[in-house]
Amino acid sequence: MLTLKGLSKTYRTGDSALNEVSFTVPGGQIVGLIGPSGAGKSTLIRCINRLVEPTAGQVLLGNIDLTRLGGAGLRTQRRRIGMIFQEYALVERLTVMENVLSGRLGYVPFWRSWTRRFPAEDIQRAWALLDRVGLMAHANKRADALSGGQRQRVGIARALAQEPELLLIDEPTASLDPRTSRQIMRLLTDICAERHLPAIVNIHDVPLAKQFVQRLIGLRAGQVVFDGAPQALDEAMLTHIYGEEDWQPAAPEEDDAPPEPTITDARALVS
Amino acid sequence: MSTSNYPRHWKRPPQIIQHPGWRLGLGIAAMVYLVLAIGSLEIDWQRVSIGLERGQRFVVGFLQPDFVSRQRDIVQGLSESLTMTLTSTVVGILISIPIGIGAARNLTPRPVYLVCRSIIAVSRSLQEIIIAIFLVAMFGFGPFAGFLTLAFATIGFLAKLLADDIEEASHAQLEAIHATGASWWQMINYAVEPQVLPRLIGLSLYRLDINFRESAVIGIVGAGGIGATLNTAIDRYEYDSAGAILLIIIAIVMVSEYTSGLVRKWVQ
Repeated sequence: MLTLKGLSKTYRTGDSALNEVSFTVPGGQIVGLIGPSGAGKSTLIRCINRLVEPTAGQVLLGNIDLTRLGGAGLRTQRRRIGMIFQEYALVERLTVMENVLSGRLGYVPFWRSWTRRFPAEDIQRAWALLDRVGLMAHANKRADALSGGQRQRVGIARALAQEPELLLIDEPTASLDPRTSRQIMRLLTDICAERHLPAIVNIHDVPLAKQFVQRLIGLRAGQVVFDGAPQALDEAMLTHIYGEEDWQPAAPEEDDAPPEPTITDARALVS
Repeated sequence: MSTSNYPRHWKRPPQIIQHPGWRLGLGIAAMVYLVLAIGSLEIDWQRVSIGLERGQRFVVGFLQPDFVSRQRDIVQGLSESLTMTLTSTVVGILISIPIGIGAARNLTPRPVYLVCRSIIAVSRSLQEIIIAIFLVAMFGFGPFAGFLTLAFATIGFLAKLLADDIEEASHAQLEAIHATGASWWQMINYAVEPQVLPRLIGLSLYRLDINFRESAVIGIVGAGGIGATLNTAIDRYEYDSAGAILLIIIAIVMVSEYTSGLVRKWVQ
């Protein structure tokens, strides 16, 4: 179980990225984190495993406060948190197997990882995970030889190799086609259910989020403005989170619809 | 839709210097300086013609290279140069790697970064010949001074390019390895090394090339090797032997250039 209490982040430039964010995610629940670009979604999940340092508040995983740790203590706690990235963030020149085994780095001493002599049970677990994500045959390929969907599966296997107690998932489908996106989301929800894992998914595709998660949290300018079931997210709430737009599904899905032509403006440019 | 109401012309606005006065002023200043500079050159045509004549003799020697009469000197100089090149490159690389990692802003704390960057700056600011003159004065004539010179110069070259390469490495991959709970050394091994190793190998081979060429140059100021042999040959007006030496240098550089190109392609 993950609990955030009053989590805040102010960057050195004075920009406030997160403002008093508090919520709890119980085991087995997937929370979709939605909000416009710059709302602090990415900062929020990075404050949880402290790839970004929060300025105030607490992050409780089980009953350990992650914000109070440093050095080796922080590393041991990071092992408990699996992270899955936008654009996969695999080490491209390493093999698929090495990428999966890198999930064990927090558990093994340097010489073992350097000589690639991981403990037998780690290797066994890695094979089992590769089988689970359907990539047994690709273990010895270089990560950059795989397709987008396959790479994201490797990313998932790497996170699971940590035997995590929490998954942080940053825009997992941002560079995937609609069908692969659904397959990846389904795999993630199945895995979280199997392992009773809590997960936070940053996701900009609201319909996709509604299809797969049990709970949505809407973030706007670093504050939680919505927290509830996907069914409760209506047009008024979408407007509240993202700003004014026509939310009817028939409308073209363009972010920047061109404005009406203004011939007078064009004239003004050259006069 | 009719387009007749829209303007028919568009001009790219100036990008670098926006003020027209500055543009004109800088242009005029550059022209004036160029005219003055050319005017201040003193060209002595007599010396040019003597030089051309000497050059002609050199070219003749070059066309009839004499590999035989100074063969022993050439072989000795060559083996000295090759030894110097190889040892100095290996030692230089071994020292460059830790300094290069230390000089990468995204991996090291500020004080370490500054120290490593200063070492690189010192090594880069001194040209090989100046270091060679200095080290020859310290350790005497011969290839040992040459070895030290080239090792020192390699550090400036390789550590800087390695550090820059590490700084440009994909941040996402570093972050992903970091997030697994990996230690700093594990991160270097799993996230940095795979990203920079092919280029490091390429640069090392390239530096091997450079060090061989430099070994010929620093030999002239007393640091041993084929350069010393070449210098002696020119001093004795033995242009045919000098031509032979130059041909050998060119051949070796071409071969190493070609092989290093192959290896670089292969490790990508």
